[in-house]
Amino acid sequence: MRADYVLKRFGIFLIIVWAAATLNFFLPRLSPQNPVREKLTQQALSGGYLQSGIQEMVKEYEAKFGLDKPLWAQYLNYWDDLVHFQFNYSIVSYPRTVLSMMGEALPWTIGLLGVTTLLAFLIGTFLGALMGWPGAPKFISNYLLPPLLTLSAIPYYVLGLVLLYVFAFQAKIFPIFGGYAAGVIPNWSSLAFWWDVAQHALLPALSIILAAIGFWALGMRAMMVTTQGEDYMIFAEAKGLKGSTLFLRYAVRNALLPQVTSLALQLGHILSGAVLVEIVFSFPGIGTMLYQAIRANDYFVTQGIILGVITSIGIATFILDLIYPILDPRITYRRA
Amino acid sequence: MANSTVNNGAKPDILRVEGLRVYYDTPRGSVKAVDGISFALKAEERFGLAGESGSGKSSMALAVMRMIKPPGRIAHGGVWLDSRNVLALPEEQMQRLRLAEIALIAQGSMNSLNPVMRVRDQIIDGFRDHDLLLPRREMEARIHELLERVGLRPDVADMFPHELSGGMKQRVCIAIAISLRPKVIIADEPTSALDVVVQRQVMETLRKVQEDLGASVILVGHDMGLMAQFVDRLGIMYAGKLVEVSPVADIFTTPRHPYTQMLIASLPSLEEKGEFRGIPGLPPSLLDVPPGCAFHPRCPHAMDRCGTEEPLMKEVQPSSWAACHLL
Amino acid sequence: MASVPTAAAQSLPVEPSEGGLGEKLRGVLGYMRRNPPLIVGLVLLLSLLLFCGIGALVYDLNRARPLSVPPGLPPAADYPFGTDNQGRDLFAVMVAGTPLTLRIGLMAGFIGLFVGTVLAFVSAYYGGLIDTIIRGVVDIGLTVPGLLVMIIIAIAVKGNLSVEQMALVVACLAWLYPTRTIRSQVLSMRERAYVQVARLSGMSGPEIIVKEMLPNLLPYLLASLVGATASAVLASIGLEALGLGPLESPTIGMTLYWVIYYSALLLGMWWWFIPPIVIIIILFVGLFNLSVGLDELANPRLRRSV
Repeated sequence: MRADYVLKRFGIFLIIVWAAATLNFFLPRLSPQNPVREKLTQQALSGGYLQSGIQEMVKEYEAKFGLDKPLWAQYLNYWDDLVHFQFNYSIVSYPRTVLSMMGEALPWTIGLLGVTTLLAFLIGTFLGALMGWPGAPKFISNYLLPPLLTLSAIPYYVLGLVLLYVFAFQAKIFPIFGGYAAGVIPNWSSLAFWWDVAQHALLPALSIILAAIGFWALGMRAMMVTTQGEDYMIFAEAKGLKGSTLFLRYAVRNALLPQVTSLALQLGHILSGAVLVEIVFSFPGIGTMLYQAIRANDYFVTQGIILGVITSIGIATFILDLIYPILDPRITYRRA
Repeated sequence: MANSTVNNGAKPDILRVEGLRVYYDTPRGSVKAVDGISFALKAEERFGLAGESGSGKSSMALAVMRMIKPPGRIAHGGVWLDSRNVLALPEEQMQRLRLAEIALIAQGSMNSLNPVMRVRDQIIDGFRDHDLLLPRREMEARIHELLERVGLRPDVADMFPHELSGGMKQRVCIAIAISLRPKVIIADEPTSALDVVVQRQVMETLRKVQEDLGASVILVGHDMGLMAQFVDRLGIMYAGKLVEVSPVADIFTTPRHPYTQMLIASLPSLEEKGEFRGIPGLPPSLLDVPPGCAFHPRCPHAMDRCGTEEPLMKEVQPSSWAACHLL
Repeated sequence: MASVPTAAAQSLPVEPSEGGLGEKLRGVLGYMRRNPPLIVGLVLLLSLLLFCGIGALVYDLNRARPLSVPPGLPPAADYPFGTDNQGRDLFAVMVAGTPLTLRIGLMAGFIGLFVGTVLAFVSAYYGGLIDTIIRGVVDIGLTVPGLLVMIIIAIAVKGNLSVEQMALVVACLAWLYPTRTIRSQVLSMRERAYVQVARLSGMSGPEIIVKEMLPNLLPYLLASLVGATASAVLASIGLEALGLGPLESPTIGMTLYWVIYYSALLLGMWWWFIPPIVIIIILFVGLFNLSVGLDELANPRLRRSV
């Protein structure tokens, strides 16, 4: 793999992170609201404190959070913190740090998202490949296509709500919310705990998978159709190759390339959808944490999560960018 | 319909096509790409099939390989390879036939090779799917030998198609086409999109491998100059039908059919100077072929009969056939 | 090199067009049969609009405000869709909210498309550094999860958003995808003969764009508008469900927010969350089919059997 290709991709990754972090920094500061003041005022009101000492307290906290310095100094501080992974404290759950909160929630999200996206992509692509191949059984394209098409139009969380209602609420087969039963202490070495987690994760996973399969299947089917029009398919058939060889090594293998590109481009969209699904199911991942942070005006948590997520997507895209030349030998040479 | 004895008897026929019709069904009607073609190919013969774009030549090639896909269909006729009825074979046997007995060098060499597979693997999979796979070392030797035959270096085997030039890609296609030693090679416009120098190389390669193998070649195309240099016999197609079949020298010196005559007359020559002469009018749409002789609207010698009765192939001279009411 | 004279474009015989309304109608219907998604999409969306239109005529939409009716009631004769926990009549909410949601989507989609078209033309036509910059921004912008960026923006604009402001927030990202797709369309059009001719005949850049390219691009722009609207609606509902939308307006997304906020599911208030879900499904399936149908109209594909 050529060095300049890797460097270019890495450069893009850095730009993404920089842009997101900068946006993250500036936008909230554009509004006249002061989160610290608000939070303190809120707490003072709920706790019944007198307003008299508020101003001094605010100044103290502002100094602590560095909000009293000029903007450019704050910006530099911001970057200093970021590089040291100092995402600051949560205003709501003080003194917990944002980082530790995220660390707790992230594995759940990665687990859910990773598994479901992979499954949806693989199953959807496989189905799509069959649907796009004239030699495959017709019932797949006749009976599977319309429902998959319809499902792909529906946002993930809407499907989640439907599933939640039907299976969790009415039929009472699956639990309604959470990552595991309430009151249970997570014990990752216990099989029973894993089973509990699996039950709780099934509906959220299903809503993502069902909604996403249609998209991948449609895309792959379209790619298969395009690929079959290519000249090398004609020559391959003229070589007397078997149907399975033509299907796998010629059609699917080539149709897969734009499909993987599509995956890289869709990552952001999939994540957005997953966040909302988590909220619907109160799944203990980044999504639910984000929701609660927004509702409670927990500034730093929100910022931390968003930045973390954007960075993760940047990393994932970067990895996919590195995988792509392995699949398509033409890529590295195009840069020349 | 024209009958099938369009050959001169001495060597056996390796391929026989009789009354072949290939139609494409569209909402507007049937496009008659091939409308009753018959000819025979002898062993070790080089036969050319010439015609304008849209005259049905490529459909002919695909039909012989039984690779016509919907909405196209073989509406009528027969194809016999070495006395075996190709059109009646079960699909599995047809697959075995392809490449092993009859090979196609398809049009569009630029894109005929799988972009994500190395040349070596694309040669090997022909062997594999015909159950002729050899142990690794012998396979390597075979690949090198094939590449050498078409004038390519052995290290081409490791390359991907996009690393090769147009001429090299075409020669790889030829190497693949001869890899299982077929009896018939159909080359469909093998040199389009190549420059003249490379064209010559490719045609020379083709000639060499054909002679080495003792195979027969059908060269489909529209380049009369190539035909003149390469083929033994030449068939002229017009509007899906064969209008003349003769030894190539006769086609150029004494063309019988008016279309062929005007065709030859339109070719620029190095000796004379003068104006370009074309053939007035346009070839008919294959949806709506004129009744009787398809050429009659443009023929300077057309008679009343030409508009109603379709002319049959006649042996105007020994092994020279043409379909025209004038003869 | 001598070759058989090749014919000019072999055209299929042209059928003389017969005027008359009957002929045209039959032609339109025939086309519709060949393009089912277009019909499905139109039917679904028109039914939604009809629902809202007729509902607005026969029903008192003021009941979509909180505290206008007794809270928490299941569907009954007086309240066809029941009421929610804040005293809104849910039927009124649906009738009033759907057009609002659509309006946000259309506004954002329109702005996104407009900005996207301008940028696409600038980028494709003038090329060079401008093109590289625009393309870079678009590529990076599309990689990032849009919802999250919009969350940042929405939080920054915190306060009571109006429907129009909501549309603007969504529009901030809505122009990215149209810019990319329209740019590639313009690039392929730029090399076409009629553009070259226009350039040779001395037309200025902007003139060519407006007089030659735009008219040809219209069907594609229409298809893109539907697509942009769909994704804008998706984004706006997502933001609203998080609580970052126009809190006072009874849009579909806000309804979902209150559903989640009050745990309507746990309380068994099925009449509260089923209507918005059904409307969302109809809306999205309709928009999706319409966009597929329009795409087919803009770029007819001569696909046969697969």
